[in-house]
Amino acid sequence: MGDYKFAKDKLAEVIGALKDYQVFAPTAVGDVVRFKEVEDASAIKLDYANSNVPPKELMFPETETLFKYRVGGADIESAVTEPNPRLVFGIRPCDALAYTIVDKLYNWDFPDPYYQERRDGSVLFGMACAEPAANCFCTSMGGGPASEKGLDALMFDLGETVYVKTLTDKGDKAAKAMGLDAAGDAEKKAAEAVEKDALAKIKRSLDTEGIPEKLPSLYDHPFWEQFSDRCLSCGICTFLCPTCHCFDIQDEQEGFDGRRARMWDTCMFSEYTVHTSGHNPRPTRKERTRNRISHKYSYFPEKFDVIACVGCGRCINYCPVNIDILDILEKSKQAEAKEAKA
Amino acid sequence: MMDESNPYLPYIVRIEETWYETPVGDRAVKTFKVNFVDDKVWDTWKHMPGNCAMVGRLGVGESMFCISSSPTEEGYLRFSIMEAGKVTRALHELEAGEMMTVRGPLGNSFPMEEWEGQNIVSIGGGIGQAPLRPVINFVRANKEKYGDLKVLYGARTSDLHCFKGEFDEYREEGTACHLAIDVEEKDWPHFVGFVPDLLMKVAPTPENTIAVTCGPPILIKFVTQNLEKLGFTPEQIYTTLEERMKCGIGKCGRCNVGSLYVCKDGPVFSYATLKTIPEAFA
Repeated sequence: MGDYKFAKDKLAEVIGALKDYQVFAPTAVGDVVRFKEVEDASAIKLDYANSNVPPKELMFPETETLFKYRVGGADIESAVTEPNPRLVFGIRPCDALAYTIVDKLYNWDFPDPYYQERRDGSVLFGMACAEPAANCFCTSMGGGPASEKGLDALMFDLGETVYVKTLTDKGDKAAKAMGLDAAGDAEKKAAEAVEKDALAKIKRSLDTEGIPEKLPSLYDHPFWEQFSDRCLSCGICTFLCPTCHCFDIQDEQEGFDGRRARMWDTCMFSEYTVHTSGHNPRPTRKERTRNRISHKYSYFPEKFDVIACVGCGRCINYCPVNIDILDILEKSKQAEAKEAKA
Repeated sequence: MMDESNPYLPYIVRIEETWYETPVGDRAVKTFKVNFVDDKVWDTWKHMPGNCAMVGRLGVGESMFCISSSPTEEGYLRFSIMEAGKVTRALHELEAGEMMTVRGPLGNSFPMEEWEGQNIVSIGGGIGQAPLRPVINFVRANKEKYGDLKVLYGARTSDLHCFKGEFDEYREEGTACHLAIDVEEKDWPHFVGFVPDLLMKVAPTPENTIAVTCGPPILIKFVTQNLEKLGFTPEQIYTTLEERMKCGIGKCGRCNVGSLYVCKDGPVFSYATLKTIPEAFA
């Protein structure tokens, strides 16, 4: 594949050249950075550690229509559409890695056409991290500040210029459409330095060895309560997690126009599992905290051979009561299974 | 199978007939006999006892129900639904000629093929008889492939037995049908007491036998204990689980017990499997 570069002050031209793509990039919306369709390239924000809202919303939006119907009728109109080719500009390597994990779930036996159309139609231009944040631990989760997994191209911010390394045909085609200049050894060397520097700034880590196998043995263990007792069940850890994919399905209608829609949901809400009878298999925050951690670190890998966490640190950063997933996992390693009630 | 290009799109079915299994009122059970509006669906539709489907009403929503007819009953599907919440209330309003939606078949099924050559004991309580009815009817329709069939079924009162009209058919065919009610009623000729006690009275032999049970969790718990007392191994005992569900295809997340999704890996589980998953009994 190719090595390219562009001058940072030419960003608007580079994005503007992508006429055949719908381009999404990190954009400041008030105090929040999230991925928006680029209308004005000057709104693109590249000096961020990571977007507050993960770009999972580009593949499975907060709310989306599954199909439409006329109330009282019997005709159903699917809402699956083939989107324009999309280019996601500036996605962090951890969030691209998250897509590869969620792919397994959405493709499991019954491929999900809504998700898959968007995934297939997207070109991912990653931006390597130069300044990892305090709670980043991607290097423990199979990623890294310059991980190429899941990406079509990886960019490095070298100050005045941006070095672009294309990784797939899709990425190379888009780079050519951008009209980029060729890059050489100087840029490659500078990129290596950025990566080395970033790696040294990652301070948090986790040895995941043995965790997936051990967690089920801690099912009744009291250690969960150290964390669940202060949990507020706000759900932010899951809504802002790039691998959390759970959703609700609801019917909505306006006049005679009806739609069935799905929307992000969270295992941290008691309504998530409550039966019609009123019985709830996960009645308290203890069971819900246990399910969140066990799903990511034990149930998901048991089914799909990969832990559903990329070490982006968002659940730690945004938890209003400072519940720290690394702390939970470290304590789980120390907890003796035999302390658990039989 | 479902529309393979989009597993979220339901089939439209027309209700051919409805009737109440139990007295009209709170928690009444109504049976819907339905057929696909598009007859071609039958070309690809294939279900087995135990399979479920999302049954719904456009504008309200859908919920997961077991298909209460056996595939040996051809040309229609049956669902026996207790009125309990928003979706079931809206479904209960529907009558013959009206439309519902069906998305399925979903989940796994009872291993009917694996059970060939064995005796089958069905032990049900209340609406828990709905997933057992297709097992019973499948075995009745394939008598030569199975050993002895025994039906044990209880409800709080005789009014609350589902599928009442079929018990005499079982007996006429020589299938033992042991009924129970919780409290004494005038002229009730059968057992009075709980289903686990009925099980001990009938005391089926575990030899070359599969026991399949469904009902409220408390029934499943004590039936399972009693089956073990009678010498059944966990591998000989099957039941079904239920959890809140939305997608039915293992994606929306909520119905997991441990690493298993009830909608997809279930609803049918052997007791041997469930014993390894503490959350299965939560």
